[in-house]
Amino acid sequence: MEHQLRRRSPVFDSVTPLGLTARYLTLLVVLAITVGPMLWELSTSLKSATEDVYTATPRLLPAHPSTAAYGQVSRTVPIAKFALNSLIVAVFCVGGNLVGATAAGYALARLEFRGRRLVLGLFLATLVLPGEVTVISQYQTVTRLGFGNSLLGVALPSMIGALNVLLMRNAFLAIPAELEDAAVLDGANVWQRLRYLGLPSAKGTLSVIAILTFIAAWDDFLWPLLVLQSPDKLTLTVGLSYLHSVFSADPRTMAAGTMIALVPVLVLFTALQRFFFRGVGEGAVKG
Amino acid sequence: MRSHRSYTPWLLVAPALLWLAVFNLWPALNTSVLSFTNVHTLSGGSFIGLRNYSLMWQDPHLRDAILNTLVFMAVCVPLLTFLPLLLALLVQRTLPFMGFFRTVFYFPVIASAVVVAMIWQWLLDDRGLVNGLAQQAGWIHSALPFLTDRWLLLFSAIALTVWKGLGYYMVLYLSALGNVRRELHEAAAVDGAGTVRRFWSVTVPGVRGTMALVAMLIAVNAMRVFAELYVLGGRTGGIGGQDVSLVMLIQQAASGADGRLGYASALSVLLFFLTVGPLLLLARWNRRED
Repeated sequence: MEHQLRRRSPVFDSVTPLGLTARYLTLLVVLAITVGPMLWELSTSLKSATEDVYTATPRLLPAHPSTAAYGQVSRTVPIAKFALNSLIVAVFCVGGNLVGATAAGYALARLEFRGRRLVLGLFLATLVLPGEVTVISQYQTVTRLGFGNSLLGVALPSMIGALNVLLMRNAFLAIPAELEDAAVLDGANVWQRLRYLGLPSAKGTLSVIAILTFIAAWDDFLWPLLVLQSPDKLTLTVGLSYLHSVFSADPRTMAAGTMIALVPVLVLFTALQRFFFRGVGEGAVKG
Repeated sequence: MRSHRSYTPWLLVAPALLWLAVFNLWPALNTSVLSFTNVHTLSGGSFIGLRNYSLMWQDPHLRDAILNTLVFMAVCVPLLTFLPLLLALLVQRTLPFMGFFRTVFYFPVIASAVVVAMIWQWLLDDRGLVNGLAQQAGWIHSALPFLTDRWLLLFSAIALTVWKGLGYYMVLYLSALGNVRRELHEAAAVDGAGTVRRFWSVTVPGVRGTMALVAMLIAVNAMRVFAELYVLGGRTGGIGGQDVSLVMLIQQAASGADGRLGYASALSVLLFFLTVGPLLLLARWNRRED
């Protein structure tokens, strides 16, 4: 009895077949609610021009699947160019954060220097500052630096995030002090300790930062909407909202556009989800 | 022991510190300075004292924006504080397919708010899936104006915010649930406490810190809502602009070649105080808990 209890999950522990069935049924209902809208959008994008998308008797599977709507999107707006623009911005942001946050996080966690507490305090203070508050002045700064209406201008402010610096600091703090002392005794300098001791043990947090930074850059809307003006420089989200105003009359085209923005991040996330959930479990996001 | 040439740490910190200064600290200071000027996108402008702030209080859209935000918070905070916890409990246990469910429940989080709003606009259209199914089931006779009625539009935006947020807070709860002590559950179970009883007496107290954090995050995020209303409401925040949010007002003021950056900055300062308020409350709460 005692043994059996210990192996049971804390809450909602249903060892009975009935309980298990109820659990999986609930999960399936939630599944339908979370992915249902996305599947409906996918289905709409694949319906041919002759099929009534507004039908009063909704059909999830297209009667005559067609990719015509995707062709229509690319003829209306340069959607491949938009996707490339989003990719460029996201790569800048991921690269910048991996390098910048690693370096600063390591120094703040593992090196002693005058002013460390002050620097740490500044990063912490930044966390309470929502990006939307500073967006106007940032816009002015980026424009004055000469990066207005450019992809670099879109990427620039988020290339090193304060939160990522603190996450990396947490990850490096987790390295046992004895390990580092041994490395010091062996004559390893700061760079070697960061390379051979720090990076391997912070892999989980690094992958979480890479995944979240990529998604955030790919999905961002307000900032690129403010920075970008030229139609050929728009990122996918801004380009989509442009398509939206031009083409709101045709749900198929709109649906195809949203799928082009949605599917790449979903595929990327699914491919990397192991690292994500493991990294999160390592304490990267602490409650 | 960990002594070294003193420039190395600074070399490592320098890039991040530069970014912090240029893109966070300076804009924060500069926003408050700008809020006392009538700077436009292409012109320098001059100091005008509190004019922007007095203009703000006469702006009827600002009153709408604040009312919308309050309704947003009042509905989102309880829903998004409890539903993701239940979801986390459902996927927490090691059973077949749990990894799959976790991943898929996180999909709406990954999607851009713009994409989510477009998907929901299609669902909630007068001739969309929701109205179609409801009419077929005989619940309603004519289509509900989800996208054109002032309150229905706001509640649609709330619905998609909850939908998009579930997975995110589920993950926060998943890591917190690891800290709930199993012995307490066992003891309660031995004492005959049922599932519901143990949820309230063991699980909820065990994750209370995370709950407070989650509630504050939701409150702050409600203050920052933009893309959802921008897309659902057709760029203006619904008919007559009644469904505007604070960020939408900032964006509207700053947009265009003759954007009123000074006025937008004053709105940003207001946004700052409204968001930092809840965060300070959280900080105080945490200190008391410790």
